[in-house]
Amino acid sequence: MTIQHAVYLDEERCRGCTSCIRSCPTEAIRVRSGKAEILSDRCIDCGKCIAVCRRKAIRAKGDDMAVLQEFDYRVALPEPALYGQFPQPVDIDLILSALLEMGFDGVYEVARAAELLAAHVSAHSGQTGTPRISAACPTVLRLIRMRFPRLISQLETPLLPMELAAVLARQEACERTGLPPERVGVFAIVPCSAKRMAAHSPDTFAVPVLDGAFSMRDICRVLPIHMRTLLERGAPIPALRTAGGEGLRCATARTAGEGERRLSADGVENVIHLLEALEDGRVPDVDLVALSACACGCQGGCFTVENPHAAYMRMEALAQASDRAGEQAGEDITPLLEHVRPLQSLPSFLLDEDFGAAMEKQRLIQELEGRLPGLHCGSCGAPSCHAFAEDVALGRAREEDCIFQVRAKMQDLSVSGGIDDYLPAPFRRRTVRRG
Amino acid sequence: MESVKLTYPVDGDDPMGAGDASSQMKLTLKKLGLPSDLIRRAAICMYEGEINMVLHAGGGTAEAEISMTDITIRMVDHGPGIPDVELAMQEGYSTAGDTAREMGFGAGMGLPNMKRYADELEIETEVGVGTTLTIRLYIPAQG
Repeated sequence: MTIQHAVYLDEERCRGCTSCIRSCPTEAIRVRSGKAEILSDRCIDCGKCIAVCRRKAIRAKGDDMAVLQEFDYRVALPEPALYGQFPQPVDIDLILSALLEMGFDGVYEVARAAELLAAHVSAHSGQTGTPRISAACPTVLRLIRMRFPRLISQLETPLLPMELAAVLARQEACERTGLPPERVGVFAIVPCSAKRMAAHSPDTFAVPVLDGAFSMRDICRVLPIHMRTLLERGAPIPALRTAGGEGLRCATARTAGEGERRLSADGVENVIHLLEALEDGRVPDVDLVALSACACGCQGGCFTVENPHAAYMRMEALAQASDRAGEQAGEDITPLLEHVRPLQSLPSFLLDEDFGAAMEKQRLIQELEGRLPGLHCGSCGAPSCHAFAEDVALGRAREEDCIFQVRAKMQDLSVSGGIDDYLPAPFRRRTVRRG
Repeated sequence: MESVKLTYPVDGDDPMGAGDASSQMKLTLKKLGLPSDLIRRAAICMYEGEINMVLHAGGGTAEAEISMTDITIRMVDHGPGIPDVELAMQEGYSTAGDTAREMGFGAGMGLPNMKRYADELEIETEVGVGTTLTIRLYIPAQG
């Protein structure tokens, strides 16, 4: 299945400046013919390139809300990060009511699903390698599949809270309305491009369980209007929220169990650094490692509108204030998880399936890299001389794409005299032989 | 077939930099498609070597040579050398100073760990001249 990335290039804005190629933690971008190009199998949808592009040529968007028209009953699945996007601390019930006011027929909090998932994984934690890794972040999951497949067995669950929310919400809506499942649309409201990617290209299910993912940015443009309308109307706001503090924390970092030690890391470079150490078993004495690719957790996602630090602070306050809430008994989700597929490693970095051939390519790469200037100038369109050498070995680029190689060749020609054949007389190095 | 050679500098004054060489080697080994357990063992061996160089030898060079049949890691330093190799191989024995211990190093598990994860370990050392560790790990036959 090809991955549907949410990140795209605005060709008109891109002038091939190469800022993005160096920012990419998986070296997934090349500049070709003056435009950035994303290598789909390497992209982990982390959004780094979006943040770094000064011309705002690399962008991401949520699904078009017109898709709502295709369904008879529409359920909104707000990711918890939505609650931190408003300047004043607001009542979660008001946010959920405003979603209904906007035109959704139902809401199901992703935070609620996160809570049920956390309860489930705690009950089954014995089956996971230690320390357990918690990552409700599609970017981290892809990174692990690509670069740290050994750690897959330490993941608490490959399932994202929004995916579980989608399954539960659809089930609940069908029971309530009697509609067939395909007439019910379930839509996540997501903080980042990675979650939109995950909504359309799930790792864990054979087919998507979500009907779409709207960007928090798009929702935040209209939601405050409906919140104001509700307040002005003065009618009591119904108690719609079901999630407690633990569920809200899936947008910051999951809390550890009683007496457990938790380590958390955010920001994709920090996550890679920690995964390296985890892979070698060099992380001392922790039970749970919580990872998020964005700084400040989901509050740092590219679809958020609020300052991530301020939003993080608000989420923490909300989570603390909500620790009592959400204590109602959770249903057992075990039967629902039957269709969840285990995560598979993604050999995106492999040079060749055959070890001998991979060795041959690696030698070629090192040999070529030795001849390259090591300036990482980006003129060839690759993020580093090493990445360029790899591209040549893998047939993605030609050695002549390096301007220094071309210059060396020109010099060779001119020294040997070969170039003289192509130059007008005044520019020839060699005087014409007489006699 | 010719082997693949990797060389990394190890700085003596940067404990946080210990692990850089093994991380880089690990990525190359992954690109070559070697089994993950073998990669992990090789990374641990090189990492322990890096730590030792930082703590005791003021840095050095970490090398790895990959052939079709094995990975040979060579840790070369020009530090003080090891006066009593047998003692140094004992679990829990360490000559690390207080500062290193405060940082969580010096548990005396470096060389024993290497021995545990390597298929072969050879120590050439001369007091006042330096130490070269040669660690070999066999690559299981494919198929």
